[in-house]
This record gives sequence, C-alpha cells and structure tokens, in this order.
Amino acid sequence: MTTTNDSHGPGSYQPLGPADRREMLDVIGVEGFDDLFSSIPEGLRYGGELPVEEPLSEPELIRYLDELASRNGPASGMLSFLGAGCFPHFVPTHVDALIQRQEFMTAYTPYQAEISQGTLQAIFEFQTLVTMLTGMEVCNASMYDGASAVAEAVLMARRLMRRGGRVLWSEGLHPAYREVAQTYARHLDVEFELLRVDASGRTSIPALDDDVIAVILQQPNFFGVVEDLRAAGAVVAEASAKFVVAVNEPVAWALTVPAGELGADIVAGELQSFGNGQNYGGPLVGFMATRMEYVRNLPGRLAGQTVDAEGRRGFVLTLATREQHIRRAKATSNICTNTALCALATCIHMSSLGRNGIRELALQNLAKATYARARLADVSGIGFPFDGPHFNEFVVRLPIGAGAAVDACVANGIVPGVPLGRFDAAREHELLICVTEIHTRDDIDRLAQGLAEACG
Amino acid sequence: MSGPGKMRDDQGQLKQEMLIFERGGSGRVGCTFPRLDVPEVDPAVAWGEEAVRGEIAGFPEVSEVDVVRHFTRISQHNFGIESGLFPLGSCTMKYNPKVHERVVRSPGFAGAHPYMPASVVQGALVLMCRLESALAAVTGMDRVTLQPAAGAQGELTGVMMIAAYHETRGDTQRRKVLIPDSAHGTNPATAAFCGFDPVEIPSNSRGTIDIEALRAEADETTAALMLTNPNTLGLFEDQMETIAEILHGCGAQIYCDGANLNAILGKARPGDSGIDAFHINLHKTFTTPHGGGGPGGGPVAVREHLVPFLPRPTVEADAETGVVHLDWDRPDSIGKVQGFYGNFGIMVRAYTYIRALGAVGLRQVAEDAVLNANYIQARLKEHYHLPHDRLCMHEVIFSDKRQKEHGVTAMDVCKRLMDYGYHPPTVYFPLVVSGALMIEPTESVSREDLDAFIAAMVAIAEEAKSDPAKVRGAPHSTFVARLDEARAARKPILRWDPESGED
Repeated sequence: MTTTNDSHGPGSYQPLGPADRREMLDVIGVEGFDDLFSSIPEGLRYGGELPVEEPLSEPELIRYLDELASRNGPASGMLSFLGAGCFPHFVPTHVDALIQRQEFMTAYTPYQAEISQGTLQAIFEFQTLVTMLTGMEVCNASMYDGASAVAEAVLMARRLMRRGGRVLWSEGLHPAYREVAQTYARHLDVEFELLRVDASGRTSIPALDDDVIAVILQQPNFFGVVEDLRAAGAVVAEASAKFVVAVNEPVAWALTVPAGELGADIVAGELQSFGNGQNYGGPLVGFMATRMEYVRNLPGRLAGQTVDAEGRRGFVLTLATREQHIRRAKATSNICTNTALCALATCIHMSSLGRNGIRELALQNLAKATYARARLADVSGIGFPFDGPHFNEFVVRLPIGAGAAVDACVANGIVPGVPLGRFDAAREHELLICVTEIHTRDDIDRLAQGLAEACG
Repeated sequence: MSGPGKMRDDQGQLKQEMLIFERGGSGRVGCTFPRLDVPEVDPAVAWGEEAVRGEIAGFPEVSEVDVVRHFTRISQHNFGIESGLFPLGSCTMKYNPKVHERVVRSPGFAGAHPYMPASVVQGALVLMCRLESALAAVTGMDRVTLQPAAGAQGELTGVMMIAAYHETRGDTQRRKVLIPDSAHGTNPATAAFCGFDPVEIPSNSRGTIDIEALRAEADETTAALMLTNPNTLGLFEDQMETIAEILHGCGAQIYCDGANLNAILGKARPGDSGIDAFHINLHKTFTTPHGGGGPGGGPVAVREHLVPFLPRPTVEADAETGVVHLDWDRPDSIGKVQGFYGNFGIMVRAYTYIRALGAVGLRQVAEDAVLNANYIQARLKEHYHLPHDRLCMHEVIFSDKRQKEHGVTAMDVCKRLMDYGYHPPTVYFPLVVSGALMIEPTESVSREDLDAFIAAMVAIAEEAKSDPAKVRGAPHSTFVARLDEARAARKPILRWDPESGED
C-alpha cells in the first residue's frame, strides 16, 4: 500500500471521486474538463498552476496558523488597555458555543422563512434588546460595523431632511467613524463641521443654522466622557436638524439615560462589546435604530412577526422594498450581507446578562476605570485633559510622547492605551486608556507602574 | 391564536419555542462576575442622578441553562449546510471546514487589538499580506484591499476607486454606469450610491451581454461597466475581449462582481480579460460561514492604475526583512470604508482554506462545481424548462414554465423541496428569466446526494402534474407552514412589546 498526499486538501472537502467524475462527464456528454470549460475562450483560459503556497494537511495547518498567531502579543498574555471602538470584555463560553452550532453558523440569509425560523427569531430578539437598550422604537438586523453604521446614519438623515447641507459632528465621535462617513458621503452634497469638546471633554453645541441637517454626538464619546445628551437634544430640538447619537461602547448604555428618551432620531454604532472578541478589529456588530415613523428610510434587513398558514406565530424578513434586491438603484443602501452571526452573539450575551447582569457589568467597568484613573493621578507627571464624567475609558496627558510611552510599556508586556497623536497631532502627549471587568486590581497597578517607569 | 403551545401534528421534538422575553423569572442571571476588587462607584454620584437610567424594562432574567436551551431549540428551526444539500444559486453555500473555527480562536488572533503597535501584531499582518498575495494570484490582478466587509461594500469600494481615478484625470463628465439586466441588485444600488446614473444593458438570446447594445451605450460619459462573470445566468461572458475593447476604447473602466469566482478558480483569471477592479466574496468562494447573513468579507482586487486609490491603510511588507506595517500615508486613497482593517476573523478562515487546497485543490473546486451543475442540468432538463440550453458554469438556471401550466410556480417548487429535506435554490433571480430556479450545487456534494436531489426535483415535477395542490400548499413538514409575508409588511411588528405580551 502506498501513501499519497491526495488525501488532504481538495479530497477531504470534496466528496466526488475519480470514478464519479468520469461517469458524470459521460452523462453530460463531454470528453473531459477541457470540454466542460469550453465556453471560456481559449485566449482567456488559464493553463498554468496558480502561484499560491503549497497545500498543508490539517495538522500542518493548525501548527502553521498557531505559529502565526503566536507572533501576536496576546498569545503570550500581553496586558492590553486598548478600547477605542474594539473593547476587551469577557465572552461567556456558552455564547461562543451556541453561535458555532451549524444551524446558526452555516445558515444563509433567512429569505426562506420556513426553514430559517431560528435565525429570524434571534434577529427579532436582537432588535428588541437593542431598542430596549437605546430607547428607540426600531432597530435593524445589524450593519457591518459602527463606522459604516454612522456613515449610513448620515445618509439616512439626509434622506429624512430631503436635502443636503451641513453635518455638525463632535471631535468626540470616533475619528475612524468620521473618516468612513466622509468616504461614504464623497459624492453627496454634505459638508462636515467639527464641534470641539470643552475642558470637561463634553461637546459644546452652538445654536443651529437652517442649513444644518444633522448633529452627531457619541455616547460615551471617543475620549471616554459621558456626554450631556439631554442638553444637546434640547438644542437640536429647537432646529429642524436630525439628532444622531453614535455609540461604540454600548455597555455604558446600561447606566446612561437612553438616547431615545432625549430626542435622538437615529442611534447608530457598535455592539461588539456584547459577545464578540476583538479579532484585530473585525468582524464587529454595526447597528442602526430609529423611530418607527422613519422606518422606511432605515437601511439594512428587518425581521418582523407574522403568522403562518395555520395561524402560528412566525417571523419573516420584512419591509424589503427598502432594500437593493427589490428596489435596486432606488434602495436606501446597497447593503446586503450584514454581521448576523456576530449580532447573534450579542443577542445571546445580552440575554444572558439580562436585567441585573448588564447593570453589574457596567458598574464593574465604571469602578475599575475610576480606580485606574485615581491610581494614575498619583503618578507624577501624569495629568488629565478632561475633568468630565467618564465610563470605562479616559484620557491621560503624559510628560513624554504617548507613542514613546507605549513602546516603553510594550517592552514590559503592557499595551497601556491608544496614543491620540495618531488622530490629532495636537494630542501627541495624550493616551486613551480603557479598563474593563477583565482587568484586576493587580493589572491596573501594573499599568500605573509601567507608565510611571516609562515617564520617569 | 398565535403564540407558543400550538404545534403541527408531526413535529415531534421540534417544538415551538417562546421568545427569550417570555422565559425566565425574577432574579435569574445567565453570567457570573468576579468579586469586585476595587471600590464601588455609584454612577448617580459620579455622573449626577439625571444622567443615570433605571433598570432596563423588559430585559430578560434567565439562567445560563435557559439561554442554552432557548438558542439550541430555535437553532433546530434552521437549515444549515450540514443539514443537507444547499443548492442556493449565486450564494456558493459550500462546506465550512471545522479547522477554520479552531485556528481563528487562537488567543493571538482573537485577542489582537487593531491599535496594537505593528511590532506586537506581526502574525496578523503577515497573514493579511499572504492572503492579499494569494487573492492577487487567483485573480491575476496587481493589488488587493482586504478592508471591505462584504461584497456590496467591495462594490462600493471598487466603484469609488474608479470614480476617483476619473476625477484625478479631470475626466468629470462620466456620469453613466452600464449594468447588464442580469446583475445582482447591489450593482445598480452601488452605482446610485456613488452618484452615478445606472443604465441597463440587455442580454442577448444566448444569455450574455448584447454587444451591440453595449457599443451603442458606451461613450465618453460612461464611467464604468459593472458586470458579473461568470454571469448570473451561470454563463461565461465569452466576448470579454470585445467588451474590454469597447469600454477601454471610450476611456471607461470595467468593474467585475466576483460572486461567481468559484466557477473559474485556476481556470481563468479576471485580470487576463481586461477587468480593472474585481471584488471577491470570501463567504462564498473561500467558504467563510454565512452566519445567517454575515459577517462576510469583500476584498477588492485592482490593476496597477487603481492602486493609489485603495482604501487606507494598506498592508505593506518590507522586501528585505519581511516586517509588515500599515501604510496610512496614501494621499489619493478614497479613505476608509471600515472602522479598522476589515473582517480579520474572516480573513483567517479564507487564508486557511487557500492553504488547505493549494493550486491543484483550488482548480479541483472549480472543476467539481462546474461538473455538478452540468450534471444536474443534463439530468433535469427533460423535467424543467431550460432557457439557455448550453454548457453552464457552476450554476444552472431553469424556469417554472412547464410547471406553470399546472398552476405551480417556482416558489411552490422551492417550498416543496423543503419537504424533501433540501434547502431550495434561489428563485426569481436573475430577473431576466421569468420564474427562475437557480441551482448551484457547489463542489461540496457527493454523487449520491446529487442523485437524491435530482430524484426529488423529478418527483416534484411529477407532483406538479398529478397533485398540484400539494405542491402549492408546501411546505408540509417544516416547523412552520408558509408564512404570511404581506401581513408582516402591512402591520410591521419589529420587536416584542412588554406591554402587550406576545403580540
């Protein structure tokens, strides 16, 4: 008996054998694969072997991919205090186990409702949970990520206003969200204008001129500061503009007054914190929520409740006339695939936390970050650019460049925060630090010591 | 009455499951927390009372067991790729290898943060570089961006790059984007999104682009042609050379929707046929899980002249040291389309797949996928009308023309297939075929499963004649009967309402 390499690669994922192929070619009535592909003109046929790397068997694959992964800091227990739109939270084991059930993981978009009730019911529950969290009336089935969701919110606000104009957004809106929105609005009659934050770290909103179509604030904002949405909502309510509230750390919303109660027209952002890992920044869980009166302008899929032919409750994708596969060029967006499986993880995690757990999670985050801020206040040379209330992130001002401080800490196995100079040269000495329930008191003390040494 | 408790006669264990909000009881929690090792903070004190909300009304109170049973039970109301043949045309529902889920969960990948310094995440960056190279090799293009999160965002990225290319050349009178009538809905939606006027180009009687119509429409106001090749009729656009001449001849660009790349892996490269930008659906061709609608991956491969416009940052490897960094200094970039660098977790799976297959394996994928589709075509064309009777690529499009004579539609056939244990094909797409049934078996199917599927299709064709009411009333054995979609749209109920209970 000989051993061959034919048993790995295509063989293991492709059930046809050589005899099957021969017989099937005969049924079709062609000689071989060259005939089968004869509709590709000779000049366009690729005759060579694709220059890709050699195939690996499964044990080799695991060894190879694990080796690549091991070159990343977190493989060796690197301590990280990075948040900024991609947060380190604990994901319960059962959340990840449930989303790996093939019925969820390998299923298609639930267009065929009768054999997709699991996905549809989960989306319906997801939509409900997010409306409860945000205080809005309707939420879509997910978007790609927080950045593209905010970009879509700009486009939606423009549709609701039926005109272009100025969009005022806070510098406390994640800079990457702003950049994506600018990309999306490249070909539209929309101008963006930055609103500065004051010494508290909160956004100051001027009285609005008539040409303003939307005001966008993030809660908590990119600097970790809890915005005064009540005051902002009151200013926007005086004008005709739409009030868009962005979110990248939804855990905070277990404690903050929901934007829906404060005049928000659209809430858009990110839910990765619930149930999803960081995965080098994706996949994430974008979403958009709004008032029911605006639902026909909402992009993305929606699950709705109905009944079947025998009168039982069931769920379907609905209001599809907003979407590209029906409305084509007149659709609210070109979005098709979203992040359903990540939204399922969010749904399962939020359900598991429930009414009491979600509050406990948020309180632990607040307490840990408060402790960290106090510890860092004791380090000589470290100051704070903002004195407003924070949730699980805050900004420190260092006596040295933040990039250099990060490099020094990394050498000791700590990534202490995000240097803000990468977004704004004026903030070269500032570091955005995130502390969550996964950090112990010891971890935080190590952070303080690491930064003290780096700055000392 | 709607709601739980009422079940179909033969459901057995497949019982109705209430909503998560209808489960549970006061005080139950499904997660545990470490004891707080720092001082407690009262948010009402820290932030002021008016800034703090109370408990979230209506939120569930459930234990871990409640949660696990609930989601396991509703999952059983779904059909996945492992449940059986999933011949959903245009979607490439192939087997998702288990090893992908193992490698992507390595702490080094799962715990990596996008703002970690490059020195700390070389493993992630090297993987991205290698995936880019592999995709460039497969497509025969010069450069790839991995950032777009799905096919539609890939289209958006590609068309924006094309718009930027024309703009940079001062070529601003180009307002039209030509789109064949067989295109996916995302194509015209994308063109409109970028401010272009989509113009439809008809198909000819052979199912490919009508060259004369294309020639008549292509001019100096044309920004691009967006085509799909192989097209959504499952046919290769065999006039690609002429198409490229026409478009490039008037200064326009060619964007290609790569939804059907599976058919030509190792057999033809888009880069060889004059295509300027091409998106790849990692969740189709490179078998990352569809997840019930996402997440996906929509890398875009481009020719050299579009490279300056790629979304930033690009991933760059030092030729000598192999050290990889992110290059943010891209002055002509269209900007970012994702908050970070795209769906990295999806990239890990796609790269793992390419490494499992290698060049020979990739070509075998295309061969088996095309073989299976043609086998189905050969065996079923006596029973179902075949609008284009020629060799197909990886998918075959029938129509319901013969079944309609008995009052049975494509949708009825599709629902009846559920009773036979199959996921239905795509129906009513492409729009150019009335009553289309679009079957894409993929390479992940055995001969015996193909034969059983064919037998089921034949049986349904017979039933359409002998007992059309049975087909029209299908499905009969699924967890729910046919659902009232019109009612859902007329009076939308889009969330559970704690006030009114279940309805």
